[in-house]
Amino acid sequence: MKMVVAYIRHEAFEPIRTELLELGFPSISVTEVKGSGRQRGITEHYRGATVTNYLRPKIKLECVVAAGDVGTVVDTVLKHARTGAVGDGKVFILPVEESYRIRTGESGDETLQLHPDASSENG
Amino acid sequence: MRRTLLVRGLVAGLLALLVIPASAMAQDAPIPIADVKGELDNTWVIVAAALVFFMQAGFALLEIGMSRGKNAGAGIAKILVNFAIISIVWWAVGFGIAFGGTGKWIGDSGWFFQFGRDVGGEPADNGTAAFFIFQFMFAAVSLAIVWGTTLERIKFIAYPIFAIVFGAIIYPLIAHWGFGGGLFATFGNGVQDFAGSSVVHLTGATAAFAACLLLGPRKGKYGADGKPRAIPGHNMPLVGLGVIILWLGWFGFNGGSTLGTSDNAFASVVSVTNLGAAGGVIGAVIALGLTLKKMDVGMIGNGAIAGLVAITAPSGYVEFWAAPIIGLVGGLIVVFGVLAIDKLIDDPIGATSAHGLAGIWGTLACGIFASPRLVESVGIGDPGLWYSGSFKQLGYQALAVIIVFAVVFILSYLTFFIIKKTVGLRVSDQEEDAGLDISEHGMYGYPEQFIPAPELIGYGAAPTTKEATA
Repeated sequence: MKMVVAYIRHEAFEPIRTELLELGFPSISVTEVKGSGRQRGITEHYRGATVTNYLRPKIKLECVVAAGDVGTVVDTVLKHARTGAVGDGKVFILPVEESYRIRTGESGDETLQLHPDASSENG
Repeated sequence: MRRTLLVRGLVAGLLALLVIPASAMAQDAPIPIADVKGELDNTWVIVAAALVFFMQAGFALLEIGMSRGKNAGAGIAKILVNFAIISIVWWAVGFGIAFGGTGKWIGDSGWFFQFGRDVGGEPADNGTAAFFIFQFMFAAVSLAIVWGTTLERIKFIAYPIFAIVFGAIIYPLIAHWGFGGGLFATFGNGVQDFAGSSVVHLTGATAAFAACLLLGPRKGKYGADGKPRAIPGHNMPLVGLGVIILWLGWFGFNGGSTLGTSDNAFASVVSVTNLGAAGGVIGAVIALGLTLKKMDVGMIGNGAIAGLVAITAPSGYVEFWAAPIIGLVGGLIVVFGVLAIDKLIDDPIGATSAHGLAGIWGTLACGIFASPRLVESVGIGDPGLWYSGSFKQLGYQALAVIIVFAVVFILSYLTFFIIKKTVGLRVSDQEEDAGLDISEHGMYGYPEQFIPAPELIGYGAAPTTKEATA
């Protein structure tokens, strides 16, 4: 089991979400985050006085999948999040020790993503 | 004890204020009753002009509430700059074209309005000035309506350019034909448009339609399947406050169009206006029950505005009983109109329906419901179909609607087309994503929502209290 953590632009989220759904990965968590990297900040002006923000808003997308599915998810993120300009974001892969579905108490890969070939009773 | 003394002192002071001028006046020669009447008329027209000015606040709140939070500040800059520009343009040129004489096509006097200067063969006096400022507020309302379809994606530079053309040519031309004794006065006994369902609202909405066609929809408005998606505005209470301010302003908008207090016609017009607005809300609620099955807050607001737009032209011509019917049909039209138009063009606040379709309906409604008593009193047109059984007046009303739409659409489309080809009409994709506040104005309307919390200056947690630490 692996967790894919992707920091992406806001506008990249919708196509990634759509394609992950089509591929059978509906289970994701999304957080709005602010961060800094090589992308530069912006300066605002309020009646002549300025304020500069170095932290830029990004979307943080988390998705836990079976080890064999990591490539599929990462490819989807890279495909839609890349504009070629500084500030496209990053993807990290983290190991996950165990997972439980709270409703049933099941554990392991059973609790992960709903694949297209899985039966619809899980939905 | 001290408080009662204070109250007594205040009452005595107020009484003294009332008594002293009266006793001083009693010694002067009596003022001719005609002068008092003229001053009373001017007072009402100026109060009404102030109410119509307040509608700018209504439009600002309505549009800002229907926009996303990233475009909130832009709405304020837009309203203020547009109002300022059309103020100057109307004073210099617009008023002259609209009201400087009763020629068939345009007025030919009253440029750079000033007391004593010739306006349509008469030297301008206090009454002319009241008329000048009241009619200006109408021009400004019409211009404010134009931008309703353009929210969240138009370039700031388009405002001043279009405001000049609209304030100098487009609106004055239509105002001259409809209000100034021009073209529409030559159709039969004249086209009935008491306060401007066509002249003000259809004109604004038609220009808005032209702008919307050239701008295109906001990013993401239409899904890959071509179906419209909701882009929710950020503050429904602001929308509601905007609608209520517009409703209040409309009492001046229609009520002031009596241009005086004679025969208490203004009281009748204000009452009829309120009945029309009430009908609009109820019409929208009924239409929502038939279509969405949910009482959409924005749509109910649109219903109130559509009722008010619809009753604007008939407000001086119809009896009380007709007003709720006219408003109700306006409310029905706006809901079905918004749902249909949303499939074709991206009109974020429904200006083309609330001001356009309801404006057309209001103008036609005169040709149906105008009562003989009021037609005679106003002295324009003939009684409507309901009373006369004749389609004649309805036909003239329809002709006026077609002319207003065609002329305003051509002139506005041309102006926006030139803006698009020269300075550009629409911001870049990236600027649209970031919002007009930061990309056009360099600041946020809600800084605390957009500036990252760690970078806000002077913020910290409150000190701990005794209760919480015990």
